[in-house]
Amino acid sequence: MSLSMEGIRPHYPDYSNAPMQRHFSPYADNGGSVVAIAGDDFVVIGADTRLSAGFSIYTRDQNKLFPLSKTTVLGCAGCWCDTLTLTRILTSRMQMYQQEHNKTMSTVACAQMLSTMLYYKRFFPYYISNVLVGLDNEGKGCVYSYDPIGHCEKATYKAGGSAGALLQPLLDNQIGLKNMEIIGDSKLTIEKATNIIKDVFISAAERDIYTGDSVIINIITKEGIKDDKFELRKD
Amino acid sequence: MSILGYNGGAMVAMKGDKCVSIAADKRFGIQAQTITCDFKKVFDMGPRLYVGLPGLATDVQTVMEKLRFRKNLYELKENRTMTPEVFGAMLSSMLYEKRFGPFFVEPVIAGLHPTTHEPFICNMDLIGCINQPDDFVVGGTASAQLYGMCEALWEPNLGPEDLFETTAQALINAFDRDAISGWGATVYIIEKDKVTVRDIKTRMD
Amino acid sequence: MTSILCPEIPKPGFSFDNCQRNATLESKGFAVPKATKTGTTIVGIIYKDGVILGADTRATEDTTVADKNCEKIHFLAPNMYCCGAGTAADTEMTTQMISSKLELHRLFTNRVVRVCTANQMLKQYLFGYQGYIGAALILGGVDSTGPHLYSIYPHGSTDKLPYTTMGSGSLAAMAIFESRWKPDLTEEEGIQLIRDAIAAGIFNDLGSGSNVDVCVIRKGSVDYKRTYDEANKKGVRQASYRYPRGTTKVLDTKVFTVEETVHQLETESMDTA
Repeated sequence: MSLSMEGIRPHYPDYSNAPMQRHFSPYADNGGSVVAIAGDDFVVIGADTRLSAGFSIYTRDQNKLFPLSKTTVLGCAGCWCDTLTLTRILTSRMQMYQQEHNKTMSTVACAQMLSTMLYYKRFFPYYISNVLVGLDNEGKGCVYSYDPIGHCEKATYKAGGSAGALLQPLLDNQIGLKNMEIIGDSKLTIEKATNIIKDVFISAAERDIYTGDSVIINIITKEGIKDDKFELRKD
Repeated sequence: MSILGYNGGAMVAMKGDKCVSIAADKRFGIQAQTITCDFKKVFDMGPRLYVGLPGLATDVQTVMEKLRFRKNLYELKENRTMTPEVFGAMLSSMLYEKRFGPFFVEPVIAGLHPTTHEPFICNMDLIGCINQPDDFVVGGTASAQLYGMCEALWEPNLGPEDLFETTAQALINAFDRDAISGWGATVYIIEKDKVTVRDIKTRMD
Repeated sequence: MTSILCPEIPKPGFSFDNCQRNATLESKGFAVPKATKTGTTIVGIIYKDGVILGADTRATEDTTVADKNCEKIHFLAPNMYCCGAGTAADTEMTTQMISSKLELHRLFTNRVVRVCTANQMLKQYLFGYQGYIGAALILGGVDSTGPHLYSIYPHGSTDKLPYTTMGSGSLAAMAIFESRWKPDLTEEEGIQLIRDAIAAGIFNDLGSGSNVDVCVIRKGSVDYKRTYDEANKKGVRQASYRYPRGTTKVLDTKVFTVEETVHQLETESMDTA
């Protein structure tokens, strides 16, 4: 520039003392997958036990299933710190309900409460994909799935979490019996549901890096909750 | 959304016992809007050699024409049919040449060796990195869903009839969970003495 | 003059024909798709009689596994191999091209090519592309001057080391080397050390997985042990999902018969008119 700039004050404002924007990312994706299948008088839910971030594994043995009552279990995948907070508040609200009304909250009521609790944080959501399962008031198995801000959908089967996209189509086919002209034995038993859950997790562990190590399966019937564990690949 | 998902599409190829299958959906759309339900994405490159090109539709056709040209020229010069391996290598180097300005296609190749009739499948990424497994390959916008389906459904030594059912079911159920692929599908079963092309019934929404 | 019958000889090297179009698409908000990466653990050590290289076999595309059993130890020359991490296509193509150059070099000089030559070729090639070719390599080989091991970074810098690791699992693998590597290991000890280092990457790094490949290069001989250790086996399915025939509704079937055609070639006399 050939013009002398001396003595000429720039006519743009001085931004040097203006507030600086700092970036803070409040969320972490800790991976994990949840699958649930409901039957006539039972419901089965499974979640893998790998807790990870980026390219590293935090633990290979983290249970992501939270029994909320004798007939209700919540499966969570996503940001683990949010999961801890959400389930802590959820259990305490379950307890408050118990003490106020002198009865255990039903699965249906719990499903509604979870939706409300998620929507309450509409603009700073819990970054979790939730799958809530249990027995409804008639004793039938039911599955509720949620988006992070509280949209609730009742279904008979659902896959969520990091491998949700991989698992859901097989459930559509095998449980929903979609796209088939010839349908063999369509009776859904506990054993069949458990086997399908194991198989979809084997598939997911092959292709999703955030799913692996082992699966914890909860089988909920009117007798109570039964635990099952199944090993997956560890890489 | 990446540009590979601009037109949508899903594709899968599987190895069977002395046969291979390749299947693709038939949708052509512009993002969420469907334009046609009879779009061709799998092309024959020889009597027992097929290539599927999921990705950006303009590149699908450009790459297909370039491939056909190069393959024909090879066969005229060399006076022999191109093997699937050579075809794969040719496509790979063609894509890698455009390393810094790629064609937006993720090809899937399925075929039988012209003389030994050995099954061959492979896929590659958009810059030509070949992946040649023993079981199945997938491509397109429903690839996550296809991986999940194929990992559960595929088993070794399926005959042509069973391979058709497995491939078709894997594809249909996978793209039903993908909003931008589906709308009909075609399954090719390639055997030593014949190629069977089946249009299958799917949801049209 | 170019035509279909007389095509123009294509220019060698990369083509930038699509770059402007792709940049326009990108500016309109269509992200450039990700290429397959090899998340990778690759390692190499010098032992008593030569060099041992090791690699895992997982290739990833974002968070899904694209290839469960890929080959990451590439052939360069009969006395030299090269492990690759980074963009899968780049490592594959770079090593193929250098391999071809080394063979030409060998024919021209009539000598076994030295490892330092390969290292120089690789680093000059990568430096020329200023890191845009995403190949991180471990080069190992034995020549007239003994065993050599180099690590080569995508920007073209190189290290000459007695033991080295690269890729996303490099820290896990290096932890094993730092605690157990010593000069003049026997072949058996060396292979075990390599296996353990790769296994550390496979199990503790999510970008690495599946099996362990090992390649032992001695003076005058190479032992490429593909799938030396199957560290992870696929789970056994509980049920078979084979469908009864007729499950899928077919709308239309076309059958093309492929006939075996045999061309009888008659010998023609040369046209001497």
